[in-house]
Amino acid sequence: MIPAAFDYVAPTTLDEALASLSAHRDDVKILAGGQSLLPVLRMRLNEPGLLIDLGRIESLRGIRDDGDALVIGAMTTHHDVSASALVQEHALLISEAMTHLADPQVRHRGTFGGALSHADPAGDLCAPALALGATFVIASAGGSRTVDAGSFFTGLFETAIGEDEILAEVRIPKHTDWGARYEKFVQIAYQWSIVGVAATVQVEGGLFAAARVGLTNMGIVPLRAEATESSLVGQPATAETIAAAAALAADGTNPPSDLNGDADYRRHLARVLTGRALRAASGVA
Amino acid sequence: MTSIRLIVDGRQVADEVEPRTLLVQYLREQLGKTGTVIGCDTSNCGACTVHLNGRSVKSCNVLAVQADGGEVTTIQGLAPAGELHPVQEAFREWHGLQCGYCTPGMIMQAVDLLNENPSPSEEAVRAGLEGNLCRCTGYHNIVAAVRHASELMANRQPVGSGADA
Ligand SMILES: Cc1cc2nc3c(=O)[nH]c(=O)nc-3n(C[C@H](O)[C@H](O)[C@H](O)COP(=O)(O)OP(=O)(O)OC[C@H]3O[C@@H](n4cnc5c(N)ncnc54)[C@H](O)[C@@H]3O)c2cc1C
Ligand code: FES
Ligand code: FES
Repeated sequence: MIPAAFDYVAPTTLDEALASLSAHRDDVKILAGGQSLLPVLRMRLNEPGLLIDLGRIESLRGIRDDGDALVIGAMTTHHDVSASALVQEHALLISEAMTHLADPQVRHRGTFGGALSHADPAGDLCAPALALGATFVIASAGGSRTVDAGSFFTGLFETAIGEDEILAEVRIPKHTDWGARYEKFVQIAYQWSIVGVAATVQVEGGLFAAARVGLTNMGIVPLRAEATESSLVGQPATAETIAAAAALAADGTNPPSDLNGDADYRRHLARVLTGRALRAASGVA
Repeated sequence: MTSIRLIVDGRQVADEVEPRTLLVQYLREQLGKTGTVIGCDTSNCGACTVHLNGRSVKSCNVLAVQADGGEVTTIQGLAPAGELHPVQEAFREWHGLQCGYCTPGMIMQAVDLLNENPSPSEEAVRAGLEGNLCRCTGYHNIVAAVRHASELMANRQPVGSGADA
């Protein structure tokens, strides 16, 4: 299927992109890797008059070390994020989630910022970004502002990015030496999560010093399994502690019911996957 | 219409395209590169896989204008006319195809995989071909062909340097 006709610009600076955006704000779409947007346009679920392609803006690409945080440019591809030694070292949870995301061809084109801006409830990067306490640097013609992960995801495919704004980069606080695991349960012919669990933990002297657990597709936005997290902290890193914590993983969630599973099934999956993810993240057999 | 210039299978091309033109449509309909095929409407099947600037992409999910200034290799540019790339040779020898519809995409993705990992395990081959669906073979012979190609390529160094540059 072919998209409806649109105009196309490919600016080489963020300022130019922001200027086009504010000139056409009602009838425009930002194009990043296109791996979610082009299927939407091909199905004609959306017919924007103008696409602004960010693909030629070099300053939006790349990963840098900024003291206590890593900064990932919005246009960095999934492939480049998963190949990054910096990400592996300081945000292992992101590397873990990347190994389960889509397929190699899609990872060569799709971008970190595009996946987070798209905010698909089944997307695999939103829960890890939430669990790691990422902050989002959002640019507009007037300057830029920072939004924390807890306020970034506002609804189904909705974020705090305004219609004259572009996500420029994402800051991930370093979680150096934290164990991490992303567990994802899929329908086999299809890579999207029915439920995903993103767990990262810090174990010191045999005790859980800190724990973060994010949930994919357990509501319209990514969620933290807060009861699970607080029941772990200060407790011995054992299978018993994990089993008790995992039993709380679905508390306070509001999962959807659809062809892939009803809400009860998803709550069950969340508990089982949380147990697996925590055991793997903490190295507990 | 938007002007684009790119290199396709080693040849410089310049054209006017509508921005909504998909790369696969441009390759097939404007350049006659019908070796690259379309197998689905959802970007799941991988039959349309080509290399853009040295990396595999699904050409049904890229706009031709996004490839402007870049370099594209299709199944038709993988080896010089009359010759076969080692991956093509291995697919023939190891019966890595039945109807052949998925084959151009499978081969382009296998070449990308072998560029990144010259001697992949069976598991790595399966993971590397995750975005390519075959409804005939059951994948067994495809995986065997890719592993065989990796041996062919190792024994023939330096191979692949020209074809996919
Ligand atoms: C076959 C297939 C399988 C997939 N499987 C998975 C999977 O298993 N898990 C998963 O998480 N994802 C999956 N995806 C989606 C993939 O991760 C996409 O790359 C991602 O969702 C969107 O990133 P993109 O760069 O392609 O963005 P685009 O498709 O270009 O854009 C997506 C949306 O975000 C907006 N946007 C993009 N960048 C910005 C920005 N910087 N500022 C403001 N708005 C912006 C666009 O306007 C658009 O609305 C799959 C996709 C395909 C085609
Ligand atoms: S035709 Fe491109 S993925 Fe199926
Ligand atoms: S050989 Fe027929 S689809 Fe693969």
